[in-house]
Formats: sequence, C-alpha cells, structure tokens
Amino acid sequence: MRMIRDRLVACLLALGLMLAALPANAQSFQEGLEKFTTDSFGDTDDGITAVATSGHAQAGPVILALQEGRLAYDPASKRVFIKTASAVIDAATGQPAASVPADLKTVRLNNRVRRSIEAAIGGLNLLSPDAGKRLAAALAVFKSHEAAALPALNTAIGKEGEARIKRALEEARASVLIFKSDAPETDRLDAISTLRARGDQEALALLAGLPADAPANLKKSAQDAITSIQNNLAIWASVQNAWYGLSLGSVLLLAAIGLAITFGVMGVINMAHGEMVMIGAYVTFAVQETIRTYNPGLFDYSLLMAVPLAFLVSGAIGILIERSVIRFLYGRPLETLLATWGISLILQQAVRTMFGPTNREVGNPSWMSGAFEIGQITITYNRLWIIVFTIAVFVGLLALLRLTPIGLQMRAVTQNRSMASSMGIRTSSVDALTFGLGSGIAGIAGVALSQIDNVSPNLGQGYIIDSFLVVVFGGVGNLWGTLVGALSLGIANKFLEPFAGAVLGKIVILVMIILFIQKRPRGLFALKGRAVEA
Amino acid sequence: MIAGPLIRSLDRGATIFLTICAAATILIPALNLLTPESFFLHVPTYLVALFGKYVCYAILALSIDLIWGYCGILSLGHGAFFALGGYAMGMYLMRQIGTRGVYADPIRPDFMVFLNWPELPVYWYGFNYFAYAAVMILLVPGLLAFVFGWFAFRSRVTGVYLSIITQAMTFALTLAFFRNNFGFGGNNGLTDFKDILGFNVQAQATRASLFAASVIALAICFVICRAVVTSKFGKVLVAIRDAESRTRFLGYRVESYKLFVFTLSACMAGVAGALYVPQVGIINPSEFAPANSIEAVIWVAVGGRGTLTGAVLGAILVNYAKTTFTSGMLAPYWLFMLGAMFVLVTLFLPRGIIGTWRHWNAERQAKLSAAREDGAAVGEPTARPAE
Repeated sequence: MRMIRDRLVACLLALGLMLAALPANAQSFQEGLEKFTTDSFGDTDDGITAVATSGHAQAGPVILALQEGRLAYDPASKRVFIKTASAVIDAATGQPAASVPADLKTVRLNNRVRRSIEAAIGGLNLLSPDAGKRLAAALAVFKSHEAAALPALNTAIGKEGEARIKRALEEARASVLIFKSDAPETDRLDAISTLRARGDQEALALLAGLPADAPANLKKSAQDAITSIQNNLAIWASVQNAWYGLSLGSVLLLAAIGLAITFGVMGVINMAHGEMVMIGAYVTFAVQETIRTYNPGLFDYSLLMAVPLAFLVSGAIGILIERSVIRFLYGRPLETLLATWGISLILQQAVRTMFGPTNREVGNPSWMSGAFEIGQITITYNRLWIIVFTIAVFVGLLALLRLTPIGLQMRAVTQNRSMASSMGIRTSSVDALTFGLGSGIAGIAGVALSQIDNVSPNLGQGYIIDSFLVVVFGGVGNLWGTLVGALSLGIANKFLEPFAGAVLGKIVILVMIILFIQKRPRGLFALKGRAVEA
Repeated sequence: MIAGPLIRSLDRGATIFLTICAAATILIPALNLLTPESFFLHVPTYLVALFGKYVCYAILALSIDLIWGYCGILSLGHGAFFALGGYAMGMYLMRQIGTRGVYADPIRPDFMVFLNWPELPVYWYGFNYFAYAAVMILLVPGLLAFVFGWFAFRSRVTGVYLSIITQAMTFALTLAFFRNNFGFGGNNGLTDFKDILGFNVQAQATRASLFAASVIALAICFVICRAVVTSKFGKVLVAIRDAESRTRFLGYRVESYKLFVFTLSACMAGVAGALYVPQVGIINPSEFAPANSIEAVIWVAVGGRGTLTGAVLGAILVNYAKTTFTSGMLAPYWLFMLGAMFVLVTLFLPRGIIGTWRHWNAERQAKLSAAREDGAAVGEPTARPAE
C-alpha cells in the first residue's frame, strides 16, 4: 500500500518537475536522486553521473551536499534531502521541506564515490560563468581524465570564449579521449597532437599511459609525441639549470662583491667578511622584529629599510676593525688573515650571545613570495629579486668607483699609495672608507641572503671560502672578473649537480678551482704587470 | 753517520726540551701505573689521555712551524693531513674489531654492513696489518702533500693564495668524507675501537704506552726538524721565506725545497693524527674542518713561529686553556678568548712567547757584552752587572 503511494508521489513529483524545471533531463535528475536512496556505492556512483549530466538547476547543490556529507534520504519515502545548518531542504525542489521524516540516513561515501564527485563538480564548473572556476574545472578534468565529463567538455568547448581556458578545455578533452577506446580514431589522434603541443611532464605521463590495445598508428603517433616532448623537456631542463645557476651565481656574487673590494682592491685578507654578511642578516631580523612589534602594516617595506641600515651597521663595524686592527698589519697579509679570523670568532660569539645560537626567522615580504611559470620552468620571486638586487649593487658599486670623487681617490690610493699621498689624499682615511665600503656591501648582501638562507651565527662561515674562491678565480682587483667568476661557478655547479649530486658537484668545482689556480695563479682576469713580488 | 749532525744540531734549548720529553715519557706513565690513587702525585688515566692529546697537537704544531716559521708557507689545510693520518689509523683499528662489532661481521666494519655494502672496498685491503697501516699513515698525507705541492709550488702559487687553496683543499675533503658512499663511515666517522696491536685501547697500560709513544714521536719529530733547519738546506728555506725571488735568482730551485719540506711536514702531521685517534677513540670528518687548521696555526703563533719549541709550548698552552675554559662556567666566553688571542698575538706579540723571550735574552746579552767592553776600556776587567 505504502509503496504504491510513494511511487505515485514520486511519479507525480517527477511529472511536476518535468513541467516546472523542465527542459532536458529532469527525468535523469530524478532517477539519479532515487539511486542515492538504495544505500549501495555502485548506485550512488551512477546517481552522481545522472545528476551531474542532467543540467538540472539543483544538480550543483545536490553534488556539493553529497561531497560534504550533508545529503540524506528517507529509506521509506525514497526522498532525498539536503541538510543545512538551519533547515532541511528537499533536494528535488530546492525548497525547505514541508515535513521532515524522522529517520533520515546520510548517503555514505567511499573513495570511488568521492572521485566521481570531484569529476562531477569539475563537469558542473565547466559551464560556470566565473572564468577562474572554469579553468580550475578544466584542470581538474585533465588530472582525473574522467570519461563522464566528456559531454560537458564538448558543450563547454563550444561555448568558451577565452582562448586560454579553451586550450585547457581541449587538453582536458584530449586527456579523456586518449583513454576512451570507443572514441573515433581521428579524435584520438587529435588528442595526441593536443597533448604533444602541451609538451610537459603530465602530457608525457598521459601519453605513456595509452592503453596497450590501442590501434598501431595511434601507438606510433603517441610514441612520436613522447620523443618530441622528451626532447623539448630536455631543453627546458637546461634552461632551468641555467636559471638555477644564474641564481646561485648571483648569490655568490653578492657574497663575494664586498670581498672584491677589501681583498681585491685593498689586498686585505678579511676572514671576518662572512660575519659582515651575517650581521647584515641580523640587522634585517632586528628591523622585522621592530616592525612586527610596532607597525605590522609596514612589513612589506622591511627589506627596503634594512638595506641602508645593514650597510651602515656593517660598514661602521668594518671601519672600526680597520682602524683598530688592520691598519697595523698592512703589508703583512698572513698576519691579517689570522687577526681577522680571530675577529670573526669574536663577532660570531657576540651575535650568539645576543641573539641565541638557533636560527632566527626572517620573513619574506609579500612581493618576494610566490612564483610564476615560464614555459616548463618555475621562477620564484625571491630568486628573481635577488638577481635584480645583485645587478643593482654591482652597477652601483661600479659607478661609485668610476664616477665619484671618493671612488677616484680609492683607485688612486690602491694603485699608487705614495703618489696619491703626495697629491694630498689622506690615504689612511681612504683606507678606512674603502674597508667600510666593502664591509657595508657585505652587510647589504646579508639582507638579501636572509631571504633564502638560515639566519644563524654560522651564516657567514658558509660563504667565506666560496667568496674567496670567486675573487681569486675571477682575478684579484677586478670587479668584472668577480662577476664572471661568480656566474661561471654558479652555473657550472648547477650543471654538474644532476650528474654528480650536490656534494660531489661542489667537490668537483673545488678541485677544478684548485687546479685552475695552479694554472693561472692570478685568476681569470689578472692585472698585467712586470712586478716581481718579494 | 747521521748521529753526528743530529747531535750538533741541538743547542741548549733543544737539550732542555728533549730532557723534558724523556722525563715525561718515564714519569707520567710511571705515576699513572705504579702509584696508588691516594698518592698525591698520582696521575689519573683521564689526564694521561688528555696529555696524550696535547702531545699529538704539539706534533701537528711542530709540522706547521717547520713550513710556516722556516719557509713562509702558511698552510690552512694541515688539519687535512692530520685527519688523513688519523683515518689511516682508524681503518686499522676498525679492522681489529673483527666479530665484536654490533653486526659481528668478521670482515666488514659495522657501517658497511648497515649501508649494505656487499664487500670490503679495495682501498680497505691490507689495513688489518699494522705495518701496512703504518706505511699508509706516512704515505697518504705525504702523497697528497707531494701532488698538491708539486702543482702549487711549480706554478708559483705563494702567500695568501696558497693559504686559500689549502683551505679549499681541506674544505673539499670535509665534504667528501661526510658522504656515506665514500666508504669512511660518513659523518659518524670511525669509532668504537677495541684493540691496538692486540692490546685493549681502553686499558690503563695501553693508554700510558700510547702517551709514551706520542712523546717519543714528538721528540723524534723535533730532532728531525732541528736537523732540517740547522742544516744548509734549512738556511735556504729561511732565505726562501725572507726573499723568495732573490733566492730563485741566486740559482736555487725554490719549488724543490718547498716541496720537500711541505711533504715532510705533512707526514709529521699524519703521524700526529694517527697517534691522536686511538687516544680519543674516534675520527670523523669534522677533523677536516677548515677552522681546526686555522686554530692549529694560532698555537704556533702564540708559542712563537720559527722556534720549534715555541710551537710545542703554544699547542700545549692553548689547548690547556681550551680544556679549562670550555669545561667550566666560562664556556660561552672561550671563543671570545680564542678570537682575542688571534688578534692580540698578531698585534702585540708577533714573535710569540719563545720568540719574544729569545729576543729579550739576545738584547740582554748584547747589553752585557757591550757593558763588558765598556768596563774593559775603563780598566775594571772583573766588573759584572748584577743579575
């Protein structure tokens, strides 16, 4: 009796819906809903497909409710409801239910059903008016390559106006077609060429997954596509390596450029150079802490504030060291080396005492976080900014030495001290300023390196040997040599890494530099001269 | 035949030094082994091991003084030769463990079993024989120094450039030895030793003997160094230190002299490392760290470079200070002290302790003889200034 009545109600309801919501598949929507009430995963799965492809206005809310576990049914009446925080809604109409049965049961999910839900949501979103949602849906289908999404995809491709999304949609369709053995062969061939044009790792994986029972010419075409993509990827991998190398090279340059002044121009072996970098990084930390405490809104400008501060702090410490220790040791390079090593120990321990031995957190401002893609490579903003920053520092330093009066005096003193002195240049204060400049630039480098490295008292130790090698490799007393040295070491290192591994690659580089210095003891761009040293 | 020049090379300071060595060789093990613990002069075993460590550092300092003090080669990578000698000894000690390891493998050391190495690598062959290991202790550091020096000195890499590439060399070795697949135990290094020459390394008597052996090795190295620096060869080394180009123009093959003394010095550092390892019970890649090598240079600077005895004194003094300071409340300040030592010694005590003392002594002697001549002129031949 009751069953008959329910059926009757259902039929009436369906009829009503057909008249009301109409057009297409109210029938299939209703059938889909009923499938949810059987408490079988297989039926639920079918129900999702039926509802999703129905084009019914309620399809979206129903699928979403299902995903969130808010879809319930009454086993007796076979009606489906959506539970919300405030009310219970009749799934079929979208109106609050007039009477809610007592024993509502939630439609159960398993992983297979969840996958179908995701695909179905993808299919639903394909037609969304929001461009971002359409793109995301296309990408989701591309990932899942769910055959059920095909009709929706076809419709969406027909309607799509934006070229970027249309391409994503076509790629998604290709990803479905390639696995669909009952699709026409020409379509599948088109799918392969679409994927070939996409040309990335994911396309490669899809093509490699072509079913073994595919026709021969399809297989051949897929194979060609795979070869072409692999060649393409190899080229991109080199580009990526070159980019990483450039990035590492810029870091090395940044760390070494201050040393190129103190060691390269003045001839002072400053083993405390790394500590100047470390102090710059700690200045950044201190600036960020102050901003966090007093005015968090300025956080994005923290690095801009840290740069001049770090220059001043490190530069002042540099001048102090020059005045108190190094000036007594000019002409005794080995003693200078030992004394500055001692200073580096003192500075490290001082920072350890003040800030603690552990890593301190230095944040990325918003304009330095995130990444974007070019072709097949990802470029992070912090690396990009560091390269830009390095170029700026390099050019600025070059201009300072070439174009300003103090730069002229610095060059005069380093080239011929007694002559410069006779011309009325205060050589000792120029020495102090030059050393301060080199140290200050190390401090600026610390601001940049704090963005990509751990800020700890040992920060400088990691850079000191590399920096010396860069300066010696490039040729002492030559900023351009330092530039070429840093970039070539960075790039060589990154190209060796895939073959030799990170550590072995570094060892190989070290050994190569040692051998190189044997061959050309004065570096790549040695200053020409006839002097015989002592 | 060799004894003649050797004995002639010993001046008063050297004789005192060797006497102290002989006394230490006999007295410290005797006081450790033969006296009861309640005896007020009893030397506890941990102190014997500690002194043994200092003596090994002293040999390392001696080897640095030989090249830096007398030939002007500042090596910032001598810790590498020290560690290589240590690793050679460590490999011998590892092979002596046999089936007593955690995995009880008769051939492969524990870390190889742990890392699933199917068999012993070829370069580990032979290290079960002490004689072979002893040859390797001299050969490996010596060979590395020879090859490195041959390239470096032939192409006239001098001064700070040489210092920097020696530092790069030891840095490269640090990285290499940290790798597990390099076959030397990765960052754990070699440890858990049991026997040396059939004796338990932990035993009191073995420790006392190792100490005695270290002091004897120090004395031998000292005599060799004395013989080198007082010979004609040594005079050429000093000439190279003071004016390399001039020496070359005078017709000496500077690079051969440097190469010989650099290789000799590396062998000594290797011996120091080999004696060090059984006394501290471990060798790991941190021994290669560039900081260790620079620290060894400061021992020489504190004691006085170009004095040999000063290097030994400096190594023992600085390390004694390090032990004292790093074990107490002052531990956080040790690096300040060490750093200050680097700065103050280079600024105010460039000759080091022994060097300064000798300088004063020489000045006093000069004054004395000047005064005596003055006295003779006035006609008071017996006049002597009060001490």
